Amino acid sequence: MSALPTQATAVEPVIQVRGLVNRFGSQTVHEDLDLDVRRGEIIGIVGGSGTGKSVLLRTIVGLVRPVAGEVRVFGENLLALDEERRSLVERRFGVLFQSGALFSSLTVAENVALPLVEHAKLPRPDAQRLAGVKLALAGLPVDAGRKYPAQLSGGMIKRAALARALALDPEILFLDEPTAGLDPISAAAFDSLIVTLRDALGLTVFLVTHDLDTLYSTCDRVAVLSQRRVLAVGPIDEVARTDDAWVQAYFNGPRGRAATFAATQGKD
Amino acid sequence: MATPSLPGTVSLTRDSGGARLTLRGDWTLPHYVDLQHRANELAGDMGTDVQVDIHDLGAMDTSGAFVIAELLGSARTQALAQDTALPAARRALLKTVADAIDTYCTGNKPVRDAGFVVLLERIGKAMASFWKQTAKLLGFIGITLQGFASTVWRPSRWRVTSLVSHIEQTGLDAVPILALLSFMVGAVVAFLGATALASYGASVFTVDLIGFAFLREFGVLLTAILLAGRTASAFTAQIGSMKAREEIDAIRTLGLDPIELLVLPRTLALLIALPLLTFVAMLAGIVGGAVVCLATLKMSPSMFLTMFQDDMSIAQFLVGMAKAPVFAFMIATIGCMEGFKVSGSAQSVGEHTTSAVVQSIFVVILLDAVAALFYMEMGW
Repeated sequence: MSALPTQATAVEPVIQVRGLVNRFGSQTVHEDLDLDVRRGEIIGIVGGSGTGKSVLLRTIVGLVRPVAGEVRVFGENLLALDEERRSLVERRFGVLFQSGALFSSLTVAENVALPLVEHAKLPRPDAQRLAGVKLALAGLPVDAGRKYPAQLSGGMIKRAALARALALDPEILFLDEPTAGLDPISAAAFDSLIVTLRDALGLTVFLVTHDLDTLYSTCDRVAVLSQRRVLAVGPIDEVARTDDAWVQAYFNGPRGRAATFAATQGKD
Repeated sequence: MATPSLPGTVSLTRDSGGARLTLRGDWTLPHYVDLQHRANELAGDMGTDVQVDIHDLGAMDTSGAFVIAELLGSARTQALAQDTALPAARRALLKTVADAIDTYCTGNKPVRDAGFVVLLERIGKAMASFWKQTAKLLGFIGITLQGFASTVWRPSRWRVTSLVSHIEQTGLDAVPILALLSFMVGAVVAFLGATALASYGASVFTVDLIGFAFLREFGVLLTAILLAGRTASAFTAQIGSMKAREEIDAIRTLGLDPIELLVLPRTLALLIALPLLTFVAMLAGIVGGAVVCLATLKMSPSMFLTMFQDDMSIAQFLVGMAKAPVFAFMIATIGCMEGFKVSGSAQSVGEHTTSAVVQSIFVVILLDAVAALFYMEMGW
């Protein structure tokens, strides 16, 4: 595995969603939704509340079984695989859940060491040491590893959860609202952390977010979920020009303009 | 990861040009343990002048980079990360890992100490926490009594709806299970009495046994233990989950008193429900005993009732019933107090619920034993 995304592999989709339909009771969340995620990119998924951003993420990682359509991750349909092969694919992606989902009965370091012990079959002391490195990569000091999740602040929980998602050196990282509930400084630090890790580890990042600053500072492409499908997908400047009331309100509202301004200022 | 993975290797060679460290193969997680061992072996032999060659390295992930960074030390890893002959992504990975280790992994490792000292420490901690616990319980009882005192003369602050709802949950809903339980215990006591007393030809006194047992002890004790398991845990879970979701803080900031809002209705409800339930338990236990007496001792119902009436005095009933409010108060107080001690997580709710049940059963049995001694000395 070369960590360098070359031009040839950059266009090969690692996630392929085709004709996806998700329905809960009488409520249709996704209707005939298509989406491709390319290797090595950071794709941001945006949309109003209740447009099924998190549901899309959960469908791709195989937690929600779609009513119709197909989801391929690394060319494999997760739901069609047997347990063992599915687990092999699952080890190639890491998920950061919205509220961290750290196991509350384990210390932070044990949380990160868990996949290392279970899947990589590392002896516990080795796994703990390596967990310390993952925590450091996510920007947490060593002594945070000995604490329990309940003793951490919101920003530290997100970082610890990121360290756990990175434990097995995944190829795809799924982030569900990683900066929600963080102060602007922590959020900005988290954004640059994601870009650094993407560049260093050659990750593909699937990012569900509401945060315009995150979109401008990290994403290569943005996909807008609206009216039960992907309304627009592409670089953020293109998407922002889409002729749709919601998109216009989102990107060209006061907050959107502020984020655009901040992004262009940063580039100069 | 498509290419088959070759185990990573590291070798140290020395020639006239100096020492040379060559890294080959895949430095990835599957080989981490081997690489770590090999690196530890080499770590002692590494001079400061060693040349590092990682140009033939296969795949590398964070775990591989970590082993390299540990083997080479921070300065040389940073230097390696500047080596433009390496692919940019690899340099970035080395730099990121080296930076992370420099910034965050400098803390000292925890010292684990075992043996007698730890034992003493744990005993000491347990004693200290027991005293703290007792002091807290007494404090909480004080706060609750204060709450009672400040609201009792102001009917406008009585939470009647909440009170009635809690009486229903803790009292009425517990009647079926309590009645069944007491009935069966009554039957068992009667069986025991009938068997044991038969050898003295006194099996007719089974009636007295049942009467004494249920009026004085079992009626109130069974009820209290059942409610300690059923209600104390419910109180802790209700208040605890409110605490975990900051609802208690919200009550405080709205200028309301959580004791008055949450604790008083629950305590009062149990003070009313537990004596009533005790009465139900007494009746059910005596009926259970009576059924056994009628079936095995060939007693007639009227004979049972006559004996019961002749031998039992109202004092027996009062002695038993007097304990009910005390138990009720303790169960409710412990249940509520544990709820307030919950912090943050859902796991904490579980821990305190367990603790509430254990404590309230302990206190109930302790008080019952003290009461038995007291009654005996008083000759009641």
